[in-house]
Amino acid sequence: MLTMIAKRLMFAIPSLIGVVIVTFLLTRALPGDPAAYFAGPAATKEAVEQIRKKLGLDKPLIEQFFRYTNDLARGDFGNSLTTGQPVAAEIRNRLPASAELTLLGLFVSVAIAIPLGVLAATRPGSWIDHLCRVTTTAGVSLPVFFTGLVLVYVFYFRLGWSPAPLGRLDVFYSAPPTVTGFYLIDTLVARDVEAFRSALSQLILPATTLAIFSLAPIARMTRASMLAVLASEFVRTARASGLSPSTVIVTYAFRNAMLPVITTLSMVFSFLLGANVLVEKVFAWPGIGSYAVEALISSDFAPVQGFVLTMAVMYVLLNLVIDILYGVIDPRVRLEG
Amino acid sequence: MKRRDFLKSVSGLAAGAALPAMPSVISSAKADARSETLLIVSEGGPNNLDIHGVGTNVPGYEVSWNCYDRLITHEMKSGPGGVPYYDRDKFKGELADDMKIDDMSVTFKLKKNAKFHDGTPVTAKDVKWSLDRAVSVGGFPTFQMSAGSLTKAEQFVVIDDHTVRVDFLKKDRLTIPDLAVIVPCIVNSELVKKNASEKDPWGLEFTKQQTAGSGAYKVVKWTAGTEVVMERNDAWVGGPLPKIKRVIWRMVPQAGNRRALLERGDADISYELPFKDFQEMKANGKLNVVSLPFSNGIQYIGMNVTKPPFDNPKVRQAMAYAMPYQKIMDAVLFGLGNPMFGAAKDKPTEVAWPQPHKFNTDMEKAKALLAEAGYANGFETTISFDLNFAGVNEPLCVLVQESLAQLGIKTTINKVPGANWRTELNKKEMPLFTNVFSGWLDYPEYFFYWCYHGNNSVFNTMSYKSAAMDKLIDGARTAAAAGDKAAYDADVKGFVDLAYADMPRIPLYQPYVNVAMQKNISGYQYWFHRRLDYRAMAKG
Repeated sequence: MLTMIAKRLMFAIPSLIGVVIVTFLLTRALPGDPAAYFAGPAATKEAVEQIRKKLGLDKPLIEQFFRYTNDLARGDFGNSLTTGQPVAAEIRNRLPASAELTLLGLFVSVAIAIPLGVLAATRPGSWIDHLCRVTTTAGVSLPVFFTGLVLVYVFYFRLGWSPAPLGRLDVFYSAPPTVTGFYLIDTLVARDVEAFRSALSQLILPATTLAIFSLAPIARMTRASMLAVLASEFVRTARASGLSPSTVIVTYAFRNAMLPVITTLSMVFSFLLGANVLVEKVFAWPGIGSYAVEALISSDFAPVQGFVLTMAVMYVLLNLVIDILYGVIDPRVRLEG
Repeated sequence: MKRRDFLKSVSGLAAGAALPAMPSVISSAKADARSETLLIVSEGGPNNLDIHGVGTNVPGYEVSWNCYDRLITHEMKSGPGGVPYYDRDKFKGELADDMKIDDMSVTFKLKKNAKFHDGTPVTAKDVKWSLDRAVSVGGFPTFQMSAGSLTKAEQFVVIDDHTVRVDFLKKDRLTIPDLAVIVPCIVNSELVKKNASEKDPWGLEFTKQQTAGSGAYKVVKWTAGTEVVMERNDAWVGGPLPKIKRVIWRMVPQAGNRRALLERGDADISYELPFKDFQEMKANGKLNVVSLPFSNGIQYIGMNVTKPPFDNPKVRQAMAYAMPYQKIMDAVLFGLGNPMFGAAKDKPTEVAWPQPHKFNTDMEKAKALLAEAGYANGFETTISFDLNFAGVNEPLCVLVQESLAQLGIKTTINKVPGANWRTELNKKEMPLFTNVFSGWLDYPEYFFYWCYHGNNSVFNTMSYKSAAMDKLIDGARTAAAAGDKAAYDADVKGFVDLAYADMPRIPLYQPYVNVAMQKNISGYQYWFHRRLDYRAMAKG
């Protein structure tokens, strides 16, 4: 197991180096001149040059790159110009916000999609199969920002059930002391029930938005994979041996159908992180997605590089976790690993 | 992670999610806090709390304005619609008790009881250090100081602990007003010096993250891109104690949500909404919407006069006749702007800026002028705009495109990303574009110096050069400094007339700054910087 993890991490190193080089070059290739942008509306040419010098952008590209990698090696991601803060600290502060939202969204989605997919597969052509088809089609064809805005309009503006879409906590609550960075956990650790409620109620709409968006692939994959497994010989054998339908479906079929679903989950998780960008915008969520987009708009190199690098590391880790999960679910994979 | 642990954590989460989501219950202590707290929502927030910093953005100016003091500030007067409006010509002390203007210098006596947020008294050496800093750090602050002929540290002289003299390099009417803008703020020099380093002698890294001033508010929490929390400085001596105890400023990127927050009564103030929203909120009357013209600001269509076809004044006049002015006012601005076109034929030129020109939409005249210039069949060109302000710029350019098509002019629209816009302006290669210029200092010659003078600053986006124009602008500046009113008036009228005859840029309208607030919020003041001044505001 440990050797497998070590091996996998070794393989990740070249791709991370590639990511560093490519993002560096790509951000430099962006149109727009950060020096002119940050010199402000009333800047003269000299003022722009002064800023360029201060930012070190007057140096040749190769020198800039070596300085960047040198800083990176010391864990310094550079400074964001738009927010004025060190990128590493910002990402550290913002990643939990995005992760909490994404994980909860994914959890809600799984809780709905997997039973729905299983039921649809066991009764193909029935009303529940149609329900599964309709919800997933609707969910995937609505853009997330649209679903988000509709939810805000209905549940906040019209009905007033949901709190103001103002980020992770009501304005008048203070954030709990950081333990995990996840407010749902930290508020409980701090035994602050009111803040926990506030954090949870703030999370419901954005998490639902993400869940609606990600229902489709999970439910469809569960259904397809269940159908394939249910048609296979060992299920027929199990049925023929007189096992109860629930034992057949849950113990035999479901576990075998899980592998492709887990793969889909990892994919869904990664594109949810992407969809987050829009959801964060709609709900004023202080996550890394909105951070990266703002940086990109203002040609702010350091956060974009930091964001891409963080994402790359997260993908590597995520894939590792998925592979380990495969092993847990299917012993055959373990042997090959 | 083992499967069992994984399942355990999942079921833990499930238990959490199963708790009912109650609407947040607000205890009475929190309700009190609410009535003394101002909740502002806006699209963008500051990137730096110090206006002297590298690349501090416009929201950062708002923090500086409220958290730092200047030597002097402006009095208020009643502006359009009875809204308090800063008085360009009247000054009062903020940190200074007394201001004495001599022929070639001005002397300030400081208030003796003024203290910085950390309790150290404000002294003359803080003032000198701060002004030295403003003229030395480079970039925008230094540039703004130079607009008032404040360029050298030697100009700021400490007389004694509570007296400072500012020497003039030359006579310039803008020197005193320039001391009342945001940039010459007074910084706690001892505190900042303690936190400065050899690489950063002015301590910009330190003041980026925290306020070190003597102003009415101080920043207690700042999460970049998310929120700024400011608390009142109860020891403030710059003016009457503000009524608002706490200001929470949240960044809400979605304009629709900002409007929803206002209409539900959760937020107190917002700006930067689409014009249509402001128009609708004005009409339904649930909120107070204040709309005031930008002082010294104009949205215009610029033409590059160095290249054909716009090097021909006849073409430029034809363009001025071809602009769909009224359509822009109605469909783009929803009426929220001052027209800068269609003045009566016999209206004399005033000594004022901005003022409307005499062109109106008249396609026949435009056609005739184009034919005279040899472009009877039109030509092809590109109109560019800044995507950061796409809400206004995009429909505006589409209307212009449609209108020009009637003259056979084929226009392609070029959308320039915000980060790139300034670079493009600096290149001075765009043939046709729309842009806004607005000056902090509200003087006609200031506007013309930046936008029409042959020294070709970045704002002379048309690369317009005319010896006659330069003579008039320089003449007005000299006359203003010398106090020669007759010469000044003649020169101002002269350059306005010349600008409207040569038409290198076509003024469209004077934009409005729009602010929407709850009915129980009072004390909004219009400032040249167009940001909020919390010090005069009250709630309830």
